[in-house]
Amino acid sequence: MILVPCPHCGARNASEFRCVGEQRARPGDGTGPEPWRSYLYLRSNPAGWVTEGWYHRAGCRRYLTVERDTLTNEVRPLPAEDLA
Amino acid sequence: MSAPYRLGPQPGEVLDRSRAFSFTWNGRRYPAYEGDTIVSALAASGERVFSRSFKYHRPRGVLSASYHDPNCTVQVGDEPNVRAAHRRAAPGMDVRAQNAWPSLRYDVKSANQIVGRFLSAGFYYKTFIKPQRLWPLYDRILNRFSAGGVLTHAEPHEYYDKRYAHPDVLVAGGGPAGISGALAAAESGASVLLVEEEHELGGHLRWGDQAERAALAELRAALAANPAIEVLTDSAVTGRYDGNWVAVVQRNLPQVTERLIKARAKTLVVAAGLIERPYVFEGNDLPGVLLSTAARRLINTHAVRPGDRAVVLTANPEGDAAAADLECAGVDVARVVDARRGGDVVRVLGGRAGVRQVECGDGWKVACDLLVTAVGWTAPTALLNMAGDRPAYSEAAARFFPSKLPDDVLVTGGIAGDGTLDELIDHARATGREAARRALGGGGGWGTTMAPPALPVAEHPALFRGRTHGFVDFSEDVTSKDLAAAVHEGYDSIELVKRYTTATMGPSQGKLETVNTVAVVAEATGHSIGDTGTTVWRPPYVPVTLGALAGRSFEPVRYSPLQPWHERAGAKPLVAGAWIRPDHYGDSAGEVRNVRTNVGIIDVTPLGKFDLRGPDVPQLLNQLYVNKWSKLDVGSVRYGVMCAEDGVVLDDGVVGRLAADRYLLTSTSSGAGTIEEWIESWLQIERPDWRVYATPVTDAYASINVAGPRSRELLARVADGVDLAPEAFGYMRVRSGRIVGVDGCFLWRIGFTGERSYELHVPAAYGLHVWEALLDRGADLGVAPFGIEAQRILRLEKGHLIVGQDTDGLTQAYGAGLDWLVKLDKEDFVGRRELAWQRGRDDYFRLVGLQPVDGSVVPAEASQIVEGGNTIVGRITSSRMSPTLGRSVCLGFVAPHLAAPGTTVSVQLPGGPLIPATVMAQHAHFDPEGVRQRG
Repeated sequence: MILVPCPHCGARNASEFRCVGEQRARPGDGTGPEPWRSYLYLRSNPAGWVTEGWYHRAGCRRYLTVERDTLTNEVRPLPAEDLA
Repeated sequence: MSAPYRLGPQPGEVLDRSRAFSFTWNGRRYPAYEGDTIVSALAASGERVFSRSFKYHRPRGVLSASYHDPNCTVQVGDEPNVRAAHRRAAPGMDVRAQNAWPSLRYDVKSANQIVGRFLSAGFYYKTFIKPQRLWPLYDRILNRFSAGGVLTHAEPHEYYDKRYAHPDVLVAGGGPAGISGALAAAESGASVLLVEEEHELGGHLRWGDQAERAALAELRAALAANPAIEVLTDSAVTGRYDGNWVAVVQRNLPQVTERLIKARAKTLVVAAGLIERPYVFEGNDLPGVLLSTAARRLINTHAVRPGDRAVVLTANPEGDAAAADLECAGVDVARVVDARRGGDVVRVLGGRAGVRQVECGDGWKVACDLLVTAVGWTAPTALLNMAGDRPAYSEAAARFFPSKLPDDVLVTGGIAGDGTLDELIDHARATGREAARRALGGGGGWGTTMAPPALPVAEHPALFRGRTHGFVDFSEDVTSKDLAAAVHEGYDSIELVKRYTTATMGPSQGKLETVNTVAVVAEATGHSIGDTGTTVWRPPYVPVTLGALAGRSFEPVRYSPLQPWHERAGAKPLVAGAWIRPDHYGDSAGEVRNVRTNVGIIDVTPLGKFDLRGPDVPQLLNQLYVNKWSKLDVGSVRYGVMCAEDGVVLDDGVVGRLAADRYLLTSTSSGAGTIEEWIESWLQIERPDWRVYATPVTDAYASINVAGPRSRELLARVADGVDLAPEAFGYMRVRSGRIVGVDGCFLWRIGFTGERSYELHVPAAYGLHVWEALLDRGADLGVAPFGIEAQRILRLEKGHLIVGQDTDGLTQAYGAGLDWLVKLDKEDFVGRRELAWQRGRDDYFRLVGLQPVDGSVVPAEASQIVEGGNTIVGRITSSRMSPTLGRSVCLGFVAPHLAAPGTTVSVQLPGGPLIPATVMAQHAHFDPEGVRQRG
């Protein structure tokens, strides 16, 4: 099972989290149906590193962002400067 | 009964001869000593056949005398598929053969041997194809012929357990390398979990010579003296998953059938040793054909003489040692055939009782009852495979070796190389130290990893198949001929051959047969073994019982603080998600009528409740709900609907403004968890600058809805200091106050039931007190509790939808009839774009009130509404008999052209006739003007 590096609780089992999935920016107003639905339904699903959100539902209840290699399941915290 | 093959005391034996007992095998009694396995005890009494093979029902005897022995699977009492060469015999144990009918000795299904050509490679795929109607028959026949044991449903539930472990270093394998690695890791400061699948530690040293036994005694003593090492025997590492999450099944525990240990190891040391490989030739499955390790185990650890007269085929020192052991045990070793000098065995002839004659490569035929083979080793690389490794074949050593391991997995012992015992121990100690160093390194990285110096690799002749064809997979009855045929038919990849022939797919899962399978396929394709590669080993390494995976049944349930009262009142429980709620108290129709005429109270504690504070709450509400919140004044309550970004209805509920910067939000009971995450995602990710505290307080309040024409009268008897006059406390208003002495309660006037009603949110600890007071003080008003079923009827009469019941994952707000609520002129809210687009269309189904023309018929929920015979144009989402109206009432979806009030639609009753139903002008069937709830 993947260990997710929670910045508040430390590395914890993935079963404590909900994987929110690939991180994407919500399009602003005036977006047409096509780009909006791409935002809603399409994921790039790369074979390699992906930046994704996790929600620590059985822990601190914080949303966090990590990078995960979809080929190896290696998970690493975002570089410090990216943490808001 | 005597045990003619029982030897005198052996120096390495695991038997306690002071503890003798008997058990039964197929109904006959056999003697055993404490420490005997089922098979060793039976073999000591001269039994040689322990099972019938899977397809051909050939008699099978001991092969490896270990847990993985494919021929020694038996039924013990109620337990099928017991590994009899591993499971220890116990007094009174009832052991029976599996897969034999009518008996092990005379198995009628062995006629399969004669028709064996029909059971060749791909037999199932080719034979049982058509006609499809005969499949149930095929299924019955095939099941009778398969090898499983018998399960009884009457068996009591056994106790299974789970445990989490966090060792620095987990060592898989308790041979000399595993023990030495564990010791070195512990001496370096690591906590160590050492797991051994057999009953005793020591690996091959257990059946070794005096010096090896002495070395083992020393290792065991050092282990016992080290408190940092936890040792588990009779426990199998069944899998390695991401991040060194290692599953261990621990057996042989007092009072616990099995325990599944989920270990998060910082480093994993695989010291799984080597598994001896069978040789493929004609007759290689006859009882009496034994691996050299099996012969040495039987003789040295269990004091069993495996036969009377033996031929030994040896290609390595272990085979030579087996020949010596046989001599010592009094077996007449007729011939030692040395494969290193070109010696070979061509075939074995025999009968029902096993081996009778061995034909050697030089034409010599020897009459004997035992053939012991030592032709090489298989590295059990399963755990390494699970860590991403693809083992590489070494031509020189004729076996596979680990190739590329992640930093948190190390190997030592036979799986890593050969060498003297001292060399193995040195390597294991270096590996253990390195494992500890990596585990304790701290921080994220280990810096440089240092690989321990490599072990030497001993040359070994490549012996897989002899000059004749024989069995490759003993548990699946797959021969080298089958494999060659599969290649001939075009299945030239090892993974395809595996699936087509089922080789390596039986209970032993490739432990004995993988490399032989690869070698035979390589031979048939003309490729090298290295190019052919191996099949991928996947978890579990050994079969795992469902009980071990399930563990104890921990299913958390939630009760409201009123639960003791509900139980006393005989409420019928309803499972609603994690909550157990009263469905009814005996008569839901009566409960409905009481709410409509007098007053009823219902426990609605599971309602999701959130305390929202901060200056930006109105912005948050505007963002999450489709309706407007900016003008909600203090003391007001408003109904709201949330949609997801795709415009689909997500949740509904009411929000009350308790003070200038304090709100109480309720969600549906089932949606409470989702809404909590949803609110947090907006506050944490999208709008982190908004100043809002959202605190889930579902459990902090007991919630009671007091509904009915006499609710105000009842409330006046319990509420202190709250002006209940209609003009002071009108519909959709909220007040805080004291109820029967309890401060900090909230009362809001809302109307899910369609009656005048007050929802009370009471600090949870006082919930029962308030509930009882309401019943007590309202007795003369006819107050009575009502359950979920009555509430569902009441709300359906009133036409209030339930999210998830009357909407589904495609229901956008306009389709649910929520047009009046959606405010597209708001700047932004979740779902706004999709809803704006939906409003521009007219192709969506609409939720409407429906009444069957015949009011005595209640169409089942999910009944389809059809048109023109078989076109689905809608469905019933909710339906009940209305006690108030005396007729059936429904909510349902209909296609847009049928949504006009007064339209007659056809409802297909499941398995019954079509009935007509009328589309109503509104969702509400009762009091559509809402006079009752406002009054």
